[in-house]
Amino acid sequence: MKLERDAVLHIARLARIALSDEEIETFGAQLSEIIGHFDTLNAVDTEGVEPTAHTLPLRNVMVDDVSRPSLPQDEVLALAPLAEDGYLRVRAVLE
Amino acid sequence: MPDLTDLTVHAAAGLLAKREVSSRELTQAALDRIAAVDDRVKAFVTVTGERALAQADAADKRLAAGERGPLLGVPVALKDVLSTAGVPTTCSSRMLEHFVPPYDATVVRRLAEAGAVSVGKTNMDEFAMGSSTENSAFFTTRNPWDLERVPGGSSGGSAAAVAAREATYALGSDTGGSIRQPAALCGVVGMKPTYGRVSRYGLVAFASSLDQIGPFTRDVRDCATVLNAISGHDPGDATSAPVDTPDFAAGIDAGARGLRVGVPREYMPPTLDAGVRRCIEDALRAFEAQGATVDLDLTLPSTEAALAVYYIIAPSEASANLARYDGVKYGFSWQRGESMWENMEETRGRGFGAEVKRRIMIGTYALSSGYYDAYYLKAQKVRTVIRREFDAAFERCDVIVSPVTPTPAFKIGEKADDPYAMYLNDVFTLPVNIAGLPGISVPAGFVDGLPVGLQIIGKPFDEATVLRAARAFEQTADWHMRAPALTA
Repeated sequence: MKLERDAVLHIARLARIALSDEEIETFGAQLSEIIGHFDTLNAVDTEGVEPTAHTLPLRNVMVDDVSRPSLPQDEVLALAPLAEDGYLRVRAVLE
Repeated sequence: MPDLTDLTVHAAAGLLAKREVSSRELTQAALDRIAAVDDRVKAFVTVTGERALAQADAADKRLAAGERGPLLGVPVALKDVLSTAGVPTTCSSRMLEHFVPPYDATVVRRLAEAGAVSVGKTNMDEFAMGSSTENSAFFTTRNPWDLERVPGGSSGGSAAAVAAREATYALGSDTGGSIRQPAALCGVVGMKPTYGRVSRYGLVAFASSLDQIGPFTRDVRDCATVLNAISGHDPGDATSAPVDTPDFAAGIDAGARGLRVGVPREYMPPTLDAGVRRCIEDALRAFEAQGATVDLDLTLPSTEAALAVYYIIAPSEASANLARYDGVKYGFSWQRGESMWENMEETRGRGFGAEVKRRIMIGTYALSSGYYDAYYLKAQKVRTVIRREFDAAFERCDVIVSPVTPTPAFKIGEKADDPYAMYLNDVFTLPVNIAGLPGISVPAGFVDGLPVGLQIIGKPFDEATVLRAARAFEQTADWHMRAPALTA
């Protein structure tokens, strides 16, 4: 199966990744090859088999609802590229 | 006085306990060694010399006050995927090049409490995606046994640092082989514990159902010692298992008598490098000579499908985990776009390297509408089948033994343009992550001067038997004692 340019751009848009024309070309070919190998899964009979999300026998790990100090707001906002008045700042989402 | 950079953790701790050497001397020796060889090996992204000497002085004070501990005052290197408060944690990515975490990973905190001295942060494939460190955004680490070859990956910096005697031990992370494969290629011991054994809190997430932190050491005893220090339940990681930590060092000298060793047919394929095969067959004879039984007729029929399972599940989880790099909260941020979405897409397009983008896109595709059932759900069901096959195999044996990699270290650049050829490196290691099992790589010989690793896989939470088998094997030869000449 070969991923066409439109399909690559659709995936990139879902993943929110800007690609150059060269990347669209290279990734299209490479992803097609990798996804082609996924067909080996069809050789395994999974009729009636439950999926495994993770390997531990854990269900709904609960913690006590106790308030604890979080990281200081100024320290965390100091990591942000743009911050103002205690908020993260981004360009307008709706113009 | 022995060469201080050549010591094992237990030998160093012994000298420290007798006050025959100080932590400052050990630490200075490691820093001097880094200064002497790291322009060639390139294991470190960040060397924290001043901090290390301050930690060494603090350790010397604790030692002077009579305190003793297996890691107290001993130099360690940390893979740059482990959060270190106040020290850059880059994941070898442009995205986090200037990121300084506000908190420590649980394993980093545990090592600090044990008095470990961190000499620096080691290079890796970007966000732990790769098998060679060629995906580092900064530089490629060199294999200390042959500087033209890769050290393996993704924890290649940690493996190379221990092999090149730049640190007494190191920590790495393993999602599909990222500890065991570089350990094999660099000729050191590397272990991926059972999923849930070690807290992932503060480990920058790649694939959360597969990631696990583990040690790189010079021998198996050290591996057990470091595992003791980093294991244990942590409320900060909901998937850390609420199980007790046994003393992993306690039973390692029990030998291999009576041990049932199984070898899956699928892990000794005709395509296996002849030199690697010879090393593994020699290892099996060594086990038999020690009184173990070897069953060559084990089968794990879905081994080939495991590669597809891994390259669906790991990228799917990665695509969700790496959604956090949006240029808004921290890290690299492109600001020159016309809109928020453009800035976000450019931030991710420019901040991530090719392999990370490839894997995010594979995962996005596998999870997208119309493909979810065919790929992601099917992969999760085959994951169950793979687990059951391991369960069935462990009815017949106590440990599974195999090569770690199909070949010794390959040349830098050899597979860089062929992602799928690179993925095949991990064919023997990634099923272990899929099933959540413990696995170790121990040095098992050399092919044309390049190290070969033996993989020993155990039942869930049975690291003790894996370590016992590894120790028994290690003592039949001196492979783990050899050091690279680094004369190039």
